[in-house]
Amino acid sequence: MRYLTDRKRAMGLGAAKTGVHHFWAMKVQSVALLILIPLFVFTFGPMLGEPHAAVTAYFARPFPAIIAALTLVVGFKHFADGCQVLIEDYVHGFAQKVTIILVTCLSYGAMATGLFAIARLAL
Amino acid sequence: MVQLTLPKNSRITKGKTWPKPEGAKTVRKFQIYRWNPDDGQNPRVDTYFVDMDKCGPMVLDALVKIKNEIDPTLTFRRSCREGICGSCAMNIDGINTLACIYGLDEVKGDVKIYPLPHMPVIKDLIPDLTHFYAQHASIMPWLETKTNRPAKEWKQSIDDRSKLDGLYECVMCACCSTSCPSYWWNGDKYLGPAALLHAYRWIIDSRDEATGQRLDDLEDPFKLYRCHTIMNCTKTCPKGLNPAKAIAEIKKMMLERAM
Repeated sequence: MRYLTDRKRAMGLGAAKTGVHHFWAMKVQSVALLILIPLFVFTFGPMLGEPHAAVTAYFARPFPAIIAALTLVVGFKHFADGCQVLIEDYVHGFAQKVTIILVTCLSYGAMATGLFAIARLAL
Repeated sequence: MVQLTLPKNSRITKGKTWPKPEGAKTVRKFQIYRWNPDDGQNPRVDTYFVDMDKCGPMVLDALVKIKNEIDPTLTFRRSCREGICGSCAMNIDGINTLACIYGLDEVKGDVKIYPLPHMPVIKDLIPDLTHFYAQHASIMPWLETKTNRPAKEWKQSIDDRSKLDGLYECVMCACCSTSCPSYWWNGDKYLGPAALLHAYRWIIDSRDEATGQRLDDLEDPFKLYRCHTIMNCTKTCPKGLNPAKAIAEIKKMMLERAM
């Protein structure tokens, strides 16, 4: 039990003077994904079930490879940022920091793995 | 981690069923949340029956009738009985609203009345709004100026004055903030729709000279950006205001000055 005034409790540590960048980044990523996801579906889709040689030849072309790479990068960055907001909503205290670090590592790990796979196919 | 279930001593039990009024032809059943901090019991839901032929049309009329004629221990706030003071905010039929302007004809079936959700309860239908009011005070709900002239009223164009419409009408009943899941989970830090609507009311006021400071004080992942446009606030506002739009306008102004 701490003897704090109601006003002090409401003010907390004051404003962090941050948040606009995160908000704007989420909006930009959303718009980018609105364009990238359909392109990814239409470029990646035709290769499902095709022989390995056809897939490598297809992804050696710049457009499908770049679209797939961009979708992975923007998608996983959006996932990391979105998860951060979600975790901040529901997990509090030390667990919040640990969970955000884990999800961020997971996102960048998945992004790097995807990029490596595309590079293997394309190069 | 947020608590998704009620603590043991907050779980609601079955309460007392009060007798039906004798000789009444049109009877309506009311189920009302009761909790007394002094008896050490869990909250309960009491059942009352009201003779609707001898009751006014609003939910508050029924509550006053129950308190006057059936159970004087029933506790709730009320004052103006015309939607101006915001005192009688409560959860009626699953909706946060003002009991004085919510018609009994709008409720289908039994009338279920609970205090505003996710707030500490002082007694029965009275929530503790201390933190809510402190958050409102923290956004400096007054005209802040550096210029000391004119030393009389400050003029405002008709256009600028009209920007305050839909904002100044807020009566701080807390219906919006207590309907907001973000406020439920992070109400200690998130200002909530009501305080943010008031913040915007002063940010947009052409006479106010602290616009930048006001935006500075809101630029925070929790104070402002916990709003995920869930829109419960706008849906529930008994005055028909749009706090979600006010919050969106603040976010737009934040972007405008950052980019």
